[in-house]
Amino acid sequence: MTHPEQLALHHHVLRYTLRERLVHWVAAASYLYLAATGAAFWTPWMFWVAIVLGGGQITRMLHPWAGLIFVGSVVYMYSMWAKQMRFVPIDREWWNSLHLYATNQDDKMPPAGRYNAGQKFLFWSFFYAGVVLLLTGLVLWFTDSLPWSLRWLRYVAIILHPLAALVTMGNFLIHIYMGVFAERGAFGSVIRGDVSMAFAKRYHPGWYEEIVGSSNSQK
Amino acid sequence: MSQATLRVQKISGHAGTVPGEDTQRQELVCKLIDTTTCIGCKACEVACVEWNDMPFSPTTFDNTYQTMPDTRWNYWNLILFNEHEREDGSLQWLMRKHQCMHCAEPGCLEACPADGAIVQYTNGVVDFQQDKCIGCGYCIAGCPFNVPKLNTVTKRVYKCTLCTDRVSEGLEPACIKSCPTGCLHFGTKDDMRDLAAQRVKQLREHSGFTNAGVYDPPGVGGTGVIYVLHDATKPELYGGLPSDPSIPLMVKLWKHPLKWLGNLAVVGGAIALFVHFLRYGPKARDEEDIRAAGGLP
Repeated sequence: MTHPEQLALHHHVLRYTLRERLVHWVAAASYLYLAATGAAFWTPWMFWVAIVLGGGQITRMLHPWAGLIFVGSVVYMYSMWAKQMRFVPIDREWWNSLHLYATNQDDKMPPAGRYNAGQKFLFWSFFYAGVVLLLTGLVLWFTDSLPWSLRWLRYVAIILHPLAALVTMGNFLIHIYMGVFAERGAFGSVIRGDVSMAFAKRYHPGWYEEIVGSSNSQK
Repeated sequence: MSQATLRVQKISGHAGTVPGEDTQRQELVCKLIDTTTCIGCKACEVACVEWNDMPFSPTTFDNTYQTMPDTRWNYWNLILFNEHEREDGSLQWLMRKHQCMHCAEPGCLEACPADGAIVQYTNGVVDFQQDKCIGCGYCIAGCPFNVPKLNTVTKRVYKCTLCTDRVSEGLEPACIKSCPTGCLHFGTKDDMRDLAAQRVKQLREHSGFTNAGVYDPPGVGGTGVIYVLHDATKPELYGGLPSDPSIPLMVKLWKHPLKWLGNLAVVGGAIALFVHFLRYGPKARDEEDIRAAGGLP
């Protein structure tokens, strides 16, 4: 992750490898489809989405498969990032200073590592919501195969599936807001893969020190 | 089924009011099934299959007088059989004709997300419109009577239509017409309730069935199919007829409070983020800004 050549060109540093970027966009594309078609089943006022995307039957058929793709990418992210997403003591401090972060007083924030506490929270709530969505989604996918004696599974699934989806929807809104609008440079990092040294030092000082330290020691 | 001669009262998954709602009064229709005079002959099962043009279904023999364990997407009407041992040790054969109950407050319709896939006519009949069905199976979760069945090939859900095609032409449903003992009746809801009450009185006063009663569960607003039972205090004995059916709590929670709280949270959250952006803007406008703020050269 922290090779000296990352520092080479124009004071930029590699933040996301090609593999990380690809998985991110597989998750993003499948999530967008799932959210849009899920909204169609959620309320009659959004059912037009299902019509636009090929009709209700097609939408009902594809939604579960898109769900499998999404869960697959989340599991892959887990294998890549679970260790880095572990909460460390500095995260509690960071979380307690959330009001400073929200009001753009980033210089007063405790030094975050490669991921700040907010990003870690986002990752884990997406992960656990994904697990709930998978399990309840399977029940709803094959709902007609369930015997009458196990009908309680349908009742659990029918309430937890939209509930978990709402959690991801909240995550998604904040994720888009932070990545596209609030933190300039973040969106480029998930396209090109790199961020400026200034960005790294400003928003992820712990990570910045790690990179500079390791590259200095190798020089 | 054709909707041309029937007036729609409720529509599933439909944004807005029902066109022509409440413009014409029409009496509710109802089937009365007197379980005390049913002999389990299955004429109604055959009539249903024949009238609705459904193929022969293989039967399953399980040492009872029941044709198969459960209804199927193409077998809408099944007499459930139970050999019940009474407290005095004597046996009683309980037969119940099981089909869609045509609830006044249908759980299937409540749960259905597809616009127009389930309708309730003003005569009380709840009818599936397969051309609009998306095969999600939410109606299966919403039904307290285990009625809707999915055709796994076409991915559409089917059930008893209360022979809307016959009823709309002034005929009784096929099952009613075929019954040889007269245990099946068809008419307006009020007439059927009166007839049922008369029969219950007879059972109580002359036949010693002191717990006899009418099954017309108020939890689903009453049904378009009502039963006379020998023992109305134990409907479960009759092939698991629920004693107090209602739309499942989770379906109600999902369709009402969760939906509105969820919509409020998502729309409110999006507005809140937009306002936050107007107030605070981006953390830094460009690289120069970040450099200046971060103290890098």
